Amino acid sequence: MSDTTQTGPVLAADGTPLKRSLRRALRAQKMRALALIAPLLIFVLVAFIAPIADMLFRSVENQIVGNTLPMTVEELRDWDGTEVPDEQVFRALFFDLFLAAEAKEHTKLGSRLNYEQSGISSLFRTSGRDVGDIGEVFQDALTEIDPAFDEARFWYDMMSGGAEAEGNERLLSNQIGRLEVLEATNFSGDVDFVPGAAISDILPNTARAYAVFAAFTHFVDEDVVAEEEPWEAVYAALAIDLEDPATRAALAGYDGPGADVLRRAADAPLPPVDMKAAFIDSNKDWQRVGFWKVIKTYSPPYTTGYFLNAVDMEKTAEGIALRSADQRIYGILFQRTMFMSLMITFSCILLGYPVAWIMANLPARKANLLMILVLLPFWTSLLVRTSAWKVMLQQQGVINDTLVWLGLVANESRLVMINNQFGTIVAMTHILLPFMILPMYSVMQTIPPSYLRAAKSLGATNWTAFWRVYFPQSVPGIGAGSILVFILAIGYYITPEIVGGTTGTFISNRIAYHISTSLNWGLAAALGSILLAVVLILYWAYDKIVGIDNVKLGG
Amino acid sequence: MNGFTLTPVEKKPLSFALPVIGAAGGVAGLFVGTAHGSGLMGVIAGAVLLMALGFVALRVLGLGMEKATRWGIIALFVAAGVLLAGLPGFILGGLFGWFFSWFIFWIGEGRYRASLPPYLTGGQVLWHYAFWILCGAIFVFLITPILVVIPLSFNAQNFFTFTPEMLRFDPAGYSLKHYRDFFTSSGWQQALRNSLAIAPLATLLSVSFGTLAAIGLSSEHVPFRRAIMAILISPMIVPLIISAAGMYFFYSRIGLQGTYFGVVLAHAALGIPFVIITVTATLVGFDRSLTRAAANMGADPVTTFFRVQMPLILPGVISGGLFAFITSFDEVVVVLFVGSANQQTLPWRMFTGLREQISPTILAVATILVVISIALLTTLELLRRRSERLRGMSPG
Repeated sequence: MSDTTQTGPVLAADGTPLKRSLRRALRAQKMRALALIAPLLIFVLVAFIAPIADMLFRSVENQIVGNTLPMTVEELRDWDGTEVPDEQVFRALFFDLFLAAEAKEHTKLGSRLNYEQSGISSLFRTSGRDVGDIGEVFQDALTEIDPAFDEARFWYDMMSGGAEAEGNERLLSNQIGRLEVLEATNFSGDVDFVPGAAISDILPNTARAYAVFAAFTHFVDEDVVAEEEPWEAVYAALAIDLEDPATRAALAGYDGPGADVLRRAADAPLPPVDMKAAFIDSNKDWQRVGFWKVIKTYSPPYTTGYFLNAVDMEKTAEGIALRSADQRIYGILFQRTMFMSLMITFSCILLGYPVAWIMANLPARKANLLMILVLLPFWTSLLVRTSAWKVMLQQQGVINDTLVWLGLVANESRLVMINNQFGTIVAMTHILLPFMILPMYSVMQTIPPSYLRAAKSLGATNWTAFWRVYFPQSVPGIGAGSILVFILAIGYYITPEIVGGTTGTFISNRIAYHISTSLNWGLAAALGSILLAVVLILYWAYDKIVGIDNVKLGG
Repeated sequence: MNGFTLTPVEKKPLSFALPVIGAAGGVAGLFVGTAHGSGLMGVIAGAVLLMALGFVALRVLGLGMEKATRWGIIALFVAAGVLLAGLPGFILGGLFGWFFSWFIFWIGEGRYRASLPPYLTGGQVLWHYAFWILCGAIFVFLITPILVVIPLSFNAQNFFTFTPEMLRFDPAGYSLKHYRDFFTSSGWQQALRNSLAIAPLATLLSVSFGTLAAIGLSSEHVPFRRAIMAILISPMIVPLIISAAGMYFFYSRIGLQGTYFGVVLAHAALGIPFVIITVTATLVGFDRSLTRAAANMGADPVTTFFRVQMPLILPGVISGGLFAFITSFDEVVVVLFVGSANQQTLPWRMFTGLREQISPTILAVATILVVISIALLTTLELLRRRSERLRGMSPG
């Protein structure tokens, strides 16, 4: 035991300073608490937060253009956007599109760009079909010159530059990388082919086209490269290479496999390479500058395009502008979502306030009995309640039948109460009413009834006593309930989908539509992100006003 | 009615009582009259009949014969009902008769003032009862849709509405065929099996992780408590459609979309906030010296947890589990996106049923679900009381 006269730090029983041992104990406690929380935290992060982050990422992600048409995007970088791009761009497009068509990715790109400019989808579809024919011209011409061009083995030997030749590993790994990006997978293993360094210097386009063909044949088709006849694109690449006088000069001094066949081909007349004409012949839309602008605009890997679309704007040559009036749908939809959520919140206040008041002012036994009536719908399946409203509101439904039976409504003019805004508002008010009553009730319970009596005994009328004394004290309950109901209403999907028809749907129904029907996931993600932002702001306000710890579940 | 009387009851003059009773009769007459072709005739007949009845009951027979008079009025209404509309008339007539026999004396003898302070003006009394009727109407609004579903599920026809046979209480109008459909249709049974395969596992996941984390969170020395809490509660805050969209994108990236495990994972995430909230609420009242005492007596942390802490917080854990179970059992948006046809659950089938082929089998399923939720609600309430008793708080 320490002596009271002793100076220096106070020691614990084991001789360490008390401060340190206290800190150690605290740290151990902290670690234990964190260790208990960690599994759940990791679980929620993986199962819930990561999906939300992924959605946010998807709302700006736009790598498909750059991944599918890498060379075209590169060539387009210097394009000024005033007239149809030149031959260089079309040549890049030919090779990009050929590979994409082989990998069947070109239609995906087409439908992606179609969101921005309708008509592009069919452009990519038709030209993706035609690229084979465009290349076949050169294949026919080359085999005419020497039948060896039809042999898989000949091509393999020529492009690898013979057994002993130095290989161009970089070219191959570049092409494999490109294929990996396009196919969104990882390839591992050996292609059984390396382009020769010498031949790829002389015939750069051919070597590149053959390398990607080899990679595709090996990894995707899972065939042997040496036994497959190359794609038409490889013949077209050779034709492009042979056009260049420098190639002919370089070929003169080359002695690798197939050198003399190549020399013969270089001297023979080949059909002129005019990809631009060929593409425009395949689809006239290729000469529309507007389409090229769309491709250029959406070539960066990230885009604000989805968000602009979600707020009815678009990118034009003159910058960002509102869409034409007949294409603006999301503004109206957001407005409608807001308006209907407000209506629902307001009707919930109107209906919930008297009920909460009467429950708060009754003796506990009776209040508990009434509470069951509130909690029963709260606890019943959402679908049960939605189906109940469908049964009630239909034209042949319970309410209409009753009204007709009573003679208040003629049989032939039954009220239309479903598949419109009215149906959604009624059904959702019913579904969300308990969320309004419960917070109101818990606030009103704390207001002493003697205040009202005091006000009245001081001469206030019933109305003044209520409005000036009781109501201000119940406002926190209204606020809490309103934010809760509004947050829940704004993201509702099931009920509007079933009773909302076309005019009573929410933004969430549009999100679901884009995910499952139109497959425009980027736009769905952007709409979802905006909705999420609104909800989070409201939630933050709720936390400030009510406090998250005060969330109660059914009394 | 009420145990105490605030204002002495005094007889009201006929000049007040008869018009009020007549007006009530007129309203009732309107319903009967319109159903039989002429609303106006119904109003007049109802008013006259009730005024006559009121006069006889209050003046001629008087308070001394109240019991006999009331039975007489009920008998009269029942007879009139049977004459007009047979069996349904019998029941409706009985209800009307019971109401009016009570109403005549309630108004005529001034009993309505008994439970109100004596200084209220007539207008305030009227407002008081109007307010009660308004609240009653709101409760009807809350409860009717659910009550309508139950009788309709016994419909013998494939209609979503009451058939004339049902309204006549004809036994032929009722049947259990929709329940039979539910129990024999392989589609519905598969959906039930899926629901029962997904919900318990999701519940188990969220309860076991959630309880541990709640215990961790209840310790005083947790860094970033608010941030952690916000993350753990977020599945409850984020709208379901957004969770569903995010999970759909992410789970299809990692190959979980359309798998049983993916749906379980998603539902467990959705159930976690409920477990966290209920268990932390239980832990607020937990006496920490109990665990210290256990440790003092040589129990290791695991023993302490299972023998001391767990029994005390069990009600909270179970009710959190029930919440999580209901969340998963009722959930449709997320499973719609994350699941595939093989994971079609009960709510999913109901949803597609409501959207496409409408069959009253849905109503039979709905009734079964209502019964289940009533059972769960009762369990929860009992648990809450038990928890409060264990923690030394008074029940209710």
